[in-house]
Amino acid sequence: MAATPDLEAFRAEARAWLDESFPKSLAGKGATLLRAEFIEPEGDLAIWARNLGEKGWGTPTWPAEYGGGGLSQLEAQVLAQEMNRAGAFNPLTTMAGMGITMVGPTILEYGTEAQKRMHIPRICKAELFWALGYSEPNAGSDLASLQCRAVDAGDHWVVNGQKTWTSGADRAGWIGVLVRTDPDAPKRDGISFLMMDMDQRGIETRPIQLIGGASPFCETFFNDARAEKDQMLGELNAGWTVGKRLLQHERQSQTGTAGMGGGSKKSLVDRAKEYVGVDERDRIADPDLRSRVVAHMMDAKAHSLTLKRVVAEAKGNAKVSAAASILKNAASKVAQARAELDIELMGHSGLGWEPEGFEEREVAAVRAWLTGKAMSIYGGSYEIQNNIIAKNILGLPENTQRG
Amino acid sequence: MAALTEEQALLQEQAKAWAREEAPVAKFREMRDSGNEFGFDKATWESIGEMGWAGIVVPETHGGVDMGFLTFGVVLEELGRQLTASPLIASGLVGASALALGGDDAQKEAWLPHIADGSVVATLAVDEGPRHAPDQISLSAQKTDAGWRLDGRKTHVLEGMAADLYVVAARADGELALFLVEADTKGLGRARLNTLDSRGYASLTLEGVELGDAARLGEGDGAPLLDAILDRARAGLAAEMLGTACQSFDLTLDYLKNRVQFGQVIGSFQALGHRAAELFTEMEMARSCVEAALQALDEGSDDVARLCSLSKAKAGAFLHLMSNELIQIHGGIGMTDEFDAGFYLKRARAQEATFGNQAFHRERYANLLGF
Repeated sequence: MAATPDLEAFRAEARAWLDESFPKSLAGKGATLLRAEFIEPEGDLAIWARNLGEKGWGTPTWPAEYGGGGLSQLEAQVLAQEMNRAGAFNPLTTMAGMGITMVGPTILEYGTEAQKRMHIPRICKAELFWALGYSEPNAGSDLASLQCRAVDAGDHWVVNGQKTWTSGADRAGWIGVLVRTDPDAPKRDGISFLMMDMDQRGIETRPIQLIGGASPFCETFFNDARAEKDQMLGELNAGWTVGKRLLQHERQSQTGTAGMGGGSKKSLVDRAKEYVGVDERDRIADPDLRSRVVAHMMDAKAHSLTLKRVVAEAKGNAKVSAAASILKNAASKVAQARAELDIELMGHSGLGWEPEGFEEREVAAVRAWLTGKAMSIYGGSYEIQNNIIAKNILGLPENTQRG
Repeated sequence: MAALTEEQALLQEQAKAWAREEAPVAKFREMRDSGNEFGFDKATWESIGEMGWAGIVVPETHGGVDMGFLTFGVVLEELGRQLTASPLIASGLVGASALALGGDDAQKEAWLPHIADGSVVATLAVDEGPRHAPDQISLSAQKTDAGWRLDGRKTHVLEGMAADLYVVAARADGELALFLVEADTKGLGRARLNTLDSRGYASLTLEGVELGDAARLGEGDGAPLLDAILDRARAGLAAEMLGTACQSFDLTLDYLKNRVQFGQVIGSFQALGHRAAELFTEMEMARSCVEAALQALDEGSDDVARLCSLSKAKAGAFLHLMSNELIQIHGGIGMTDEFDAGFYLKRARAQEATFGNQAFHRERYANLLGF
């Protein structure tokens, strides 16, 4: 990036603001503080979240008139560099649930002026957690066959049905839901996108316990639940387009492999050396394991270089690129391979479920390995991404199973 | 594709158009059918010389244009797509790098302007056995009163039949040393290696080759110099390989969209669509590695060695897979000599083996990073 006088002035401004607003006690602690189960920030973290939200810099490139930072892509890059330098991090993305990563960008694109004024400022401050109701028990990869119904009751919509895999629904304040509004239309043409207040008797949630032990997802039940008339995002029966666009934002946010380290700060290579030992030249002692670790490290590097390249090529253009599907598949492959190697290299020590008899990081690695199996399933499975690549990027004719 | 400068983008267009019109695969086929012992068409090489491509990494003070490695990579990728055969890599990349990195002023002045305009073909003679093993060089260099005496053998020398100048890696008193040996030097013999890819490799025999002191390239231990030359060679070759692989992918994708069986184009079958999607993903990953290595060379960053090994290994792995899929997905037609797929497969294996195959570079990457 060329250093221009304007950008350098902004850098100084960002640095000064961070110096004043970011509590030093939090420096470098982002990874440990921002766990998936994290709900309400306390102490310095609460102060930082409030400062960042009020400044709008948790959503740096969103329009300032709705509470965003109003920064250019280049300024946002400078801000990210300065935050990195100060050891600062963005807690709002986690606190807002799907609000900042997915719902917000889609409201900004498809929402009415009133919807933007109502929702975006609250998302920018992460005042509440946003959930998304997409999948249903009988609508997974074939999402367009969803059956949750919304019926026009004059001054509002009445919603009945069930959603599943709704992340964080048990602590969500609002939820975006794909509902069927025209049961007679072809399946993709009778779907609408409704935004609903979770604080009502008609919506109940039940956490789903996963193989890794945690319950990040819920089943969500709608029994004569109410959605206001002005809370439809996009046109009536145009929800498939809106919903797909939102998924592109989701994919974009799932292109990295971060958070799959399994609770250890040490690299995979160091852990391999620790558990299987080293040879006389300080190499991983088991040659077969070593060669697979090496191949994996090279795959991981290729993936991270691709992430960097996509950013460089976008040259500040924030458009969601088709490369997101490629990156998501590559990310899940790399992350899952790393988790598998991590478990394997620990041998018997990689079988712990609770810390009793095991080290905490060993158990964490096991849990992360199991949790990571979801990476190639959620947000459109590995196979669905391949359908999208084949059809949308490569221009191959539609498969008989529509993606 | 990396964010290119206007100049790079223009050169890319020029190279693409030139390769497609003046040096396409059909031209390579003609060259092969003619039994040309040099493995490239002289007129094609002259055109490349006139366009200045052999001087892309040669300093301006020595007759080049000094446009850097990413720029060179852009050209090599386009030539790789059409399997254009020429000494551009052997001479314009490797030979030029050897002199630019190791040469003294007199050596640079004597050779670089001629390498840059294509009138001299220089090449590196490094390998001695069936595998690339630059740390096991045994060709002997002995100090004499007048200079040096070289004895030994080299093999898999790129453009070895056409070269005017060899950069010979030798062992002098235990240490590695590089020497400039002109093709007509007494005691130097060369023999053609008739390889599957129809290029002009040679083996060399050096028997009592007498050289003056001025023939020595660089001073002291020559191993770091050889490494630096080889890294440039690997990154540039990886760019050419990427081009060869991308064209193989494009040919395959085109076939998937046009070949009809069971009443529909075969690209509509999910089994094939998913294979294409996975190949495309691998291709993007390989491209990132190739471009990162070229950019690292341009920036002189300290991770050059590991990125060059990464790029050669990843470009090699993708090309290996892609060249096999090119044949498999084309089915019977892919097996015929009349169709071009075989040329791509044969070129792929030769490129993979040159300057270290995938296994070599995985091992080197691991050693560089202390795995």
